[in-house]
Amino acid sequence: MSDGAPVEITVNGSTVAARPGELLIDACERTGTYIPRFCHHPRMEPVGMCRMCLVEVDTGRGPALQPSCMLTCSPGMQVDTESERTRSAQDGVLELLLVNHPLDCPVCDKGGECPLQDQTMTFGPGESRYVEEKRHFVKPIPVNTNVLLDRERCVLCDRCTRFADQVAGDRLIHFLERGSRTQVNTFPGEPFSSYFSGNTVQICPVGALTAVPFRFKARPWDLEEVESTSVLDSVGSRISVQSSRGRVLRFMGLDSDAVNWGWLSDRERFVFEAYDHPDRLTGPLLSGGAAGGQDPKGSTQVSATWADALGATAEALSGTDPDRIAVLGGSRLTNESQYAWAKLAKGILGTDNVDAQLGDGLPVEVLLGLPRATIDEACTPGGTIVLLGPDPKEELGSLYLRLRHAVVHDGATLIELTPHATGLTGIATHSIRVLPGEAAGVVRSMFQGGTGDVAAAGAVISSGGPVTVLWGRTSLAETDGLVVDAAMALLEHVPDVGFLSLLRRGNVHGALDMGMSPGFLPGRTTLEASGDKFENVWSCLPGETGLGCVAALEAAAAGDIDVLVLLGADILADLPDHDLARRALEQAGTVVAVDLFVTSTVECADIVLAAAAPTEVDGSFTNLEGRISVVARGSSPPGTSRPDWMIAVELAERLGTDLGFTSLDGIWSELASVSAVHADLSLNLIRASGTEGLLAKGQMPLAMPPVTEVPDATESTLRLVVTRSMFDNGVLNAHSNALAGLAPGAGIRVEPSDLDRLGLEDGSTVEISGPRGEHIAEVVASTQVMAGTAHVLFNQDGLDAGRLIDASMPVIDVRLVKAR
Amino acid sequence: MADTNPSPDGYVEHAPGYVVNGGPTLLTSRFPFEDSYTLERSMQTGGYVGLRAALARTPAEVHDEVRQATLLGRGGAGFPAGVKWGFCPEGVWPRYLVVNGDESEPGTYKDRLLMERDPHQLIEGCLITCYALGLSQCFLYVRGEMALAQERIAVALNEAYEADLIGSNILGSDFSVDIVLHWGAGAYIVGEETALIESLEGNRGMPRLKPPYFPAAIGLYGQPTIVNNVETLSNLPWIMENGADAYKGYGSEASPGTRLFAVSGHVQRPGVYEVEQGVTTFRDLFYGDNYCQGIRDGNELKMFIPGGGSAPWFFGEHLDLPLEARGVSEAGSMLGSGAIVVMDETTDAVKACLRLVRFYANESCGKCAPCREGTSWEHKILQRIYDGEGRPSDIDLLLSVGNHISPGPYPVASFDAADLEAVPFPPAQTTICPLGPSAVAPITSAIRRFRHEFEALITRRDSIPVAAEAGA
Ligand SMILES: Cc1cc2nc3c(=O)[nH]c(=O)nc-3n(C[C@H](O)[C@H](O)[C@H](O)COP(=O)(O)O)c2cc1C
Ligand code: SF4
Ligand code: SF4
Ligand code: FES
Repeated sequence: MSDGAPVEITVNGSTVAARPGELLIDACERTGTYIPRFCHHPRMEPVGMCRMCLVEVDTGRGPALQPSCMLTCSPGMQVDTESERTRSAQDGVLELLLVNHPLDCPVCDKGGECPLQDQTMTFGPGESRYVEEKRHFVKPIPVNTNVLLDRERCVLCDRCTRFADQVAGDRLIHFLERGSRTQVNTFPGEPFSSYFSGNTVQICPVGALTAVPFRFKARPWDLEEVESTSVLDSVGSRISVQSSRGRVLRFMGLDSDAVNWGWLSDRERFVFEAYDHPDRLTGPLLSGGAAGGQDPKGSTQVSATWADALGATAEALSGTDPDRIAVLGGSRLTNESQYAWAKLAKGILGTDNVDAQLGDGLPVEVLLGLPRATIDEACTPGGTIVLLGPDPKEELGSLYLRLRHAVVHDGATLIELTPHATGLTGIATHSIRVLPGEAAGVVRSMFQGGTGDVAAAGAVISSGGPVTVLWGRTSLAETDGLVVDAAMALLEHVPDVGFLSLLRRGNVHGALDMGMSPGFLPGRTTLEASGDKFENVWSCLPGETGLGCVAALEAAAAGDIDVLVLLGADILADLPDHDLARRALEQAGTVVAVDLFVTSTVECADIVLAAAAPTEVDGSFTNLEGRISVVARGSSPPGTSRPDWMIAVELAERLGTDLGFTSLDGIWSELASVSAVHADLSLNLIRASGTEGLLAKGQMPLAMPPVTEVPDATESTLRLVVTRSMFDNGVLNAHSNALAGLAPGAGIRVEPSDLDRLGLEDGSTVEISGPRGEHIAEVVASTQVMAGTAHVLFNQDGLDAGRLIDASMPVIDVRLVKAR
Repeated sequence: MADTNPSPDGYVEHAPGYVVNGGPTLLTSRFPFEDSYTLERSMQTGGYVGLRAALARTPAEVHDEVRQATLLGRGGAGFPAGVKWGFCPEGVWPRYLVVNGDESEPGTYKDRLLMERDPHQLIEGCLITCYALGLSQCFLYVRGEMALAQERIAVALNEAYEADLIGSNILGSDFSVDIVLHWGAGAYIVGEETALIESLEGNRGMPRLKPPYFPAAIGLYGQPTIVNNVETLSNLPWIMENGADAYKGYGSEASPGTRLFAVSGHVQRPGVYEVEQGVTTFRDLFYGDNYCQGIRDGNELKMFIPGGGSAPWFFGEHLDLPLEARGVSEAGSMLGSGAIVVMDETTDAVKACLRLVRFYANESCGKCAPCREGTSWEHKILQRIYDGEGRPSDIDLLLSVGNHISPGPYPVASFDAADLEAVPFPPAQTTICPLGPSAVAPITSAIRRFRHEFEALITRRDSIPVAAEAGA
């Protein structure tokens, strides 16, 4: 990693080659000499606080005790980690750390995986000479709803507080008081409301910080763990899935250099609770006509056998005109399940109305045609990051932490082009507010004719350093074409620019790579370009490019879709245009839902097939960089629910044919034979790739997309901006105890000057009217949003933003008037 | 000079705590004037002459003059200011001057008088430093409890700004400086320079680690920062006006000039004395007619602290040591912050030790385990012994816990001005800063000399010793 000649030092008499700039504690550990520590953490700035790592070092001035976590190796350094003085210092620090420690290990979650226990056994005194009354604190106290703090156990290592400050940027926990009363705490009435609070539990070297979802659930030595990938968002954070007696009990972040550095957002960390929820589907359901009951239009769903449910599905599908079948969703699925479903839809049923994105994504032909960056490339020290998309802090938490680190600690420059302030605004060099529809114009003016911040941002981008554009939907209330135009303008003006596509939902990038979009085939290629390659392997191919999600649902609403298959697609919640979703579900023929829960969408299905959750399947995941890493099962699916790929295989059999594989390895060998992107890969190679995974490479030729026309903004209306927040009413959020209460709820946020202009007051109830009619909601004055816009959070209690959006319009203008 | 009125007993009415002793007054010449803190009085008595003298020379020449003067830091460590000023890394700007006016070491109150009685002398010292080092921003950090000092400095800064002595183009030159006054929030530890910088940045005052955070290299806001004590800087106007050679005419070769000593405790006339370094002895200071005039009530001296609560104790055999850093450190203690606490034969050594340790245990910032836990443990043991509940093994326990905080012999400030390489770094401490070891000094001093007093308390115990010892 670091350049330059190794630095020779002597550790306990042997010569050791340290890396240039390496800390002594790290160099010793890497070469086999473990020095005990509490405060040192490889992903945070050293503080040298706990004094546990003191060793005797001689740098030419005689041996002296020095904290090895603060000392950079220098040539000729003589280190003695076993000397009398070192031993005595270690012994002393441990005795002192324990004088006020409650020693309640038998009831402590950390017991068994506790550095304080372990290091006391190895380096500490056998017993304590302390006979005084110990210091007492109320225990434990909640620092937020998910994290409890037992100050008696705390060794004040500054890890949690440093994390909050340096990594998350949420300085909400601090040291209070002095001397032996020193404690970590929040300020009164200001909880540690950080999206990343769970990381503090993971890095706390004692049991002072515990997570409510795991408290008293298991002893560490009873846990089994598998290395896996978070399937919750498209970052694909590496995780360790830990379970006991068949139940997943916690996720821990794995330190992947390329991806999440060990950190997780609380959404990624605590979502496992949802998979274990009693509301999980345990088997298929059939309703009304599909159940063959008396009441063919009835909506009551009743349990059914797999034989009946698959039979009913096959019956609905066979003989149906492929153009009248649509298969939507699939980003929850593993790569393998996605391939199986893509093949079933396109290669057996012959329909191309397949789309994993739910009208909130990006055009695939552009996404796959742009030069792709990795997270590391985006975070290049000294590089430039252009945010032309959603707020990473709200949508892709662990990516946000990487970006924040790059800007705050590694000198990257951040430029954001968004309609509202984001979690990165405070550290952005140029934070430019862009009205929906005007992004491409602003980008062009950065390079020509702009002034002020816009011109300055253009100058930074053009200065020749590495530039990465994070692009995605800045607002769900504007069409994807607008951000495409802006991205094209950047591509045109910035040589060697790289792009990271900020799609939020799970394994959506895997789905795109598996051809789950109209006109595409597995391997980042099109029906047109590579159809012949598949002809021998797949029994048929769609005749022509099919419908994307919105078009397919419009067709359904018009009565032109006979079978609508929803692969984990909760379109009533996730499709930006809720009215369209509702009409489509009403008018579609047979609706087949493959899902984990009975969501409001699944309630409308005729056939419900119960799928296994991501913690219950083996396979792989593709993140936004194209990085493939393993997904591994930590528990069994409930009841008879099963992995999605198996459902596809069984359905193919019911249809009188077969998919040609019955195992994950079978899927991979076929995939490798048809997909150039996956040609050199296999599940075994991915498993062997360890924490970093393998990057699947391959870029399509880019066809210039057409330009989207936008109406001018008017004085009397506000342009609607709809964005997501970290916590919402999504089905997993709602079914995880830890996350359920955290959704903020929606009001309409408007810039104060607009409120004045419209004669409205902060907190007043207004009528918001747009293309989808009128709704009543509360308005909130906010300086975080841009003048001329009305900002609403998606999928929240309060105002349902999805009812304001008409997917057929490029932008949405709304009117606000005082409600009568 | 009608309004200078040292009273017959030497105390100055308008400068409570200050005693005129007839010796040279490089620092306190203005103290006896009632209005010594005003710009008007300052100007009438040679104020800002040193600044003018400095401005007439190049910054390098000014720096060199200070280096020649061997002006030793008065904040505790006694490091030569001129040498410290040279430690800023080349080419890194901006740089800052931070004035340490947090004076809170037990027994120390000389900086307070300098700030209350002669704020313009301090401001002039700051300006000379900034000029010498090319700095344009200075922060004056004054202890939170010192309301009068804060007020006088605030007024003095306003006067000086108005008189064109601070701000842009000072006295018509192209030299510009801003001085900001900042009040502490009442923590001893922010006297430690890196904790002071943290506090100035708006953070909780806790020391940073040296290395790498030597202020001269990585200080305020990560920039090179010179931290000097109030008294150190107050010497500069005189040095600039009169030159390094004249300065070296006072004091000893290794420690030129005068120093302010704040004497408290069991002497007839406690107070702040300006004393020529290396000439006057402790005996002169305690017993001299111009100085403290003897121990109270004619009692015998039992022990004294020569340089602030952190310093190991001295006893009768040390009385003939001159007040000068090197000799004191060779004898195993330090002049530190110039606070001398005298204790007579009526003093209970255990209680004195308990009081000092309690202070450090309370003031420990809590950052590092040995100090946070060790000092309060020591305090609890001492309290128990004092309360008559001690065990025979507690004396060794006190020493052993002390050894966890400060292993080996207590570090003496064996600084040698002539040979910088010899600066002992790091000192023998398991802690981050010297506060933890400060609590060990009184314990080892007291036990070494007065072990019998501890034993007497333990054997005379009036309650049953804590259970843990049973059967041991
Ligand atoms: C615990 C502790 C407390 C200190 N308190 C003070 C203080 O109150 N005033 C002061 O000037 N220096 C104090 N110092 C010394 C400063 O860290 C620093 O050395 C000094 O301000 C440098 O100024 P000088 O070189 O002019 O002496 C303290 C040091 C320690 C370790
Ligand atoms: S709570 Fe844990 S992580 Fe935080 S300071 Fe205490 S021991 Fe360290
Ligand atoms: S020695 Fe004491 S005061 Fe100094 S850093 Fe450590 S805990 Fe804080
Ligand atoms: S690990 Fe080095 S001081 Fe804590």
